[in-house]
Amino acid sequence: MFDPDSSIIVGLEIGTSKVCAVVGDLSPDGALNIVGLGQARSRGVRKGEICDASMAEEDVRHAIVEAEQMADVEIRSVYLGITGGHLRGFNNRGVHPVVSADREISEADVQDVIKNAKTINLPAQNHVVHAIRQHFLVDGQDGIANPVGMLGARVEVDVHVVHGNLNRLQNAIRTVKGLQLEVDDIVFNGLAAALAVLTNEQKEVGSLVIDIGGGTTEYVVYANGIIKHTGVLAVGGDHISNDLAYGLKVPLSRAEQLKLEHGAAFLDDAAKGQSVTIANELGMPLKVINLENLRRIMGLRVEEIFQLIAQDLDQADALNYLRSGVFLCGGGSRIPQVAQLAEQVLGMPVSLGKANSISGLKSALDQPEFASAIGLVKFGSFQHRKRASKPSLKDGIKTTLGQFFKRS
Amino acid sequence: MDTPSEKIPPKTAAVKIFGVGHAGIAVLEQLAGGEIPPDYFAIIDNDPQTLEACLVGTKVTINSESVRKVAAGTTSGLVPELSPEVVASLKSACEDKNLIFIVAGLGGDVGNVLTPMVGRLAKESGALVLAFVILPFECEGSRRRQIAEQGLEAIKQATDGVICLPNQRILGLMDETTSVAQALRLGNGLMADCVRGLWRLCLHKGLIPLHFSEVCEFVRGHQAESAFAVAEAAGATRSREVLDKLVNHPLLDGGRALEECDGALVSLMGGPDLTMTEVNRIMEQINAKCGRAQVIMGAAIDETFRERLAVTLITVRKILQPLDADPSPRICTEELGAQLLNRQSEPRPGSRFVPPAPVLPPEQVQRMLAQQGGSRARGGKGLPRLRQTQLPLEILSKGRFDKSEPTIHKGEDLDVPTYIRRGVVLN
Repeated sequence: MFDPDSSIIVGLEIGTSKVCAVVGDLSPDGALNIVGLGQARSRGVRKGEICDASMAEEDVRHAIVEAEQMADVEIRSVYLGITGGHLRGFNNRGVHPVVSADREISEADVQDVIKNAKTINLPAQNHVVHAIRQHFLVDGQDGIANPVGMLGARVEVDVHVVHGNLNRLQNAIRTVKGLQLEVDDIVFNGLAAALAVLTNEQKEVGSLVIDIGGGTTEYVVYANGIIKHTGVLAVGGDHISNDLAYGLKVPLSRAEQLKLEHGAAFLDDAAKGQSVTIANELGMPLKVINLENLRRIMGLRVEEIFQLIAQDLDQADALNYLRSGVFLCGGGSRIPQVAQLAEQVLGMPVSLGKANSISGLKSALDQPEFASAIGLVKFGSFQHRKRASKPSLKDGIKTTLGQFFKRS
Repeated sequence: MDTPSEKIPPKTAAVKIFGVGHAGIAVLEQLAGGEIPPDYFAIIDNDPQTLEACLVGTKVTINSESVRKVAAGTTSGLVPELSPEVVASLKSACEDKNLIFIVAGLGGDVGNVLTPMVGRLAKESGALVLAFVILPFECEGSRRRQIAEQGLEAIKQATDGVICLPNQRILGLMDETTSVAQALRLGNGLMADCVRGLWRLCLHKGLIPLHFSEVCEFVRGHQAESAFAVAEAAGATRSREVLDKLVNHPLLDGGRALEECDGALVSLMGGPDLTMTEVNRIMEQINAKCGRAQVIMGAAIDETFRERLAVTLITVRKILQPLDADPSPRICTEELGAQLLNRQSEPRPGSRFVPPAPVLPPEQVQRMLAQQGGSRARGGKGLPRLRQTQLPLEILSKGRFDKSEPTIHKGEDLDVPTYIRRGVVLN
């Protein structure tokens, strides 16, 4: 069962409402299988960022242990998903003149221009999380996917850079390292969710993925197969619960329960004049809540989230590229009629995103809350494939020596 | 000799260009070899070696002692004096001239001290005097800057007009690899361009003539400060290129000086193929940028300028002196807008005019006080007053987000519930 050639890729997402670890099995021919899932309620995280390191560590340990048990593997390294209001994404362009006499663009030119594009003026605290190359331009001609071998005088590349506060990123990494786990790479959660939910065709045609989580909402725009825009809004399901706690004058835990049982994004006529009775643990009626108010409060908050996203996309001029529509994932996508509300605000077809093109645990794949973590595994599989295709000298010697010792 | 009161514009002006101090001499060296005949130049310095090294113009040496005395004199407030031989040689250089340019760098000793004196002497001889000064870099320190400012004040009193080039603005034209010598040469080159531009303007047969006296009137004024830019281009699209260069010139603060100025003087110089459309286009743009400023234009044709177009632009801005300006502050809205937008605008003079409190009828006063102190709910939203309700006062605790960093998006705190921020009332 345990194929020594296949590798285990683990994605770990330390979220505001839950910590989850997803274990994936990458077979040598490139097929990815989800074999394990572990989750734990998250107590030390607020708005996507760790605020109590010891509690977060404990929760991560629970999740990892559960995932190990389910997948029957030992987890040594993870791909860590990060989020937080401090993350920013923007597009940068790098230029490089072609030096060779016959004006042919070589691999070295491509590396140089990407390096140029990566040198940006960041604030001192910030660290680049991703520098994703978009399209190349050769002598001003746009849309070139791979310029190696083409002729030109000047090569430019557009790079989408995601950067965030170094200290906060380090906090998350250290929490994981404190459990004797290696961090293979850090990945922006929105990017991971998009990888899990979108098919290649949807990426080509243009789509927007919105991951409505507990503490944050991440959104990513894909167009022409490449990332065009990313963003994080530090508003999530917790804000909805908080709003309800305020507006209905109930404690926070009760508000969460009400949100899950009776919440919806729209105030439809059937709900008008209805009320809900909250009962305490003995069944005695405690309080009567007006359903209309509940729906109204919730609807306003969800609408605001979508409006803020729409504003940001408008400013970044990314709304024109979305022909395939909008995909919602994350816990917030379970809100009844949220897709209709999003359609109203964004003016585009909205559907709920599902992690597809991956086989494995159906229970995990079906739920939208795990889209990010599944995406992390997918990202890990890409990195793995890239690393495997370029064996280094050190690895070559290691494998030969290793084989030598194995035989003896 | 022409006296300053009868400014008959001469057909051919007799010009003398003085370079005072190291900076002035460097600028003259750059000017030499051009179209200005060499006997127009004269250089003044206290270092005989520099004078020997420079091949241009008649030399006037001032020995170092008198300079030091004079320098000491300026700083201690005494009236400085030059030795009589020097005065005589300067006077003879200024004789029979109606147009004198003095080029100097401020902040040092020779240029700072001698320029006002040379200017006074020149004026006494009856000519119209324009001073071109280079102000030191910010990095040269506050002492140099103070000295330069003192010198600038003195020169403003002594001459008919001053055109300044702050070296700091050249930083915008350089990149990281420019050496110090190159940078200084660049600054001197710019100054030389300006002198050349004005010289052409005053001396050439202008199609649309601009007399030197007009230039002097323009730059005169004890409280005026000016900036200038010179742009040259050749070829078919020269008018557009020149416009681009002018508008984005670092000496004009990237065009801001144009928007804030009170007057602009434009001198166009082209070959016989200069077209009216080009002139029109340039003047339209400049007029559009300057808004309420007075724009004076002059154009001249030179045979050697075929295919080329050179534009010299001088902007004047009257500085608002807080003490003797008229009591009603006339701050026009565009200037205010420009001041608010650009972060480096000069500090606004303190307001001396505080309007008295408006007289309101007592009911209005009561209403305003009630608005400030009372709660939002009483704004007439239909709540029955007799029942004791909970007033939607300020959020005292943010519930879950009490101890976390607030999410501020475009000035709004998103942690505050949306229905409260939008004022939605729940029943």
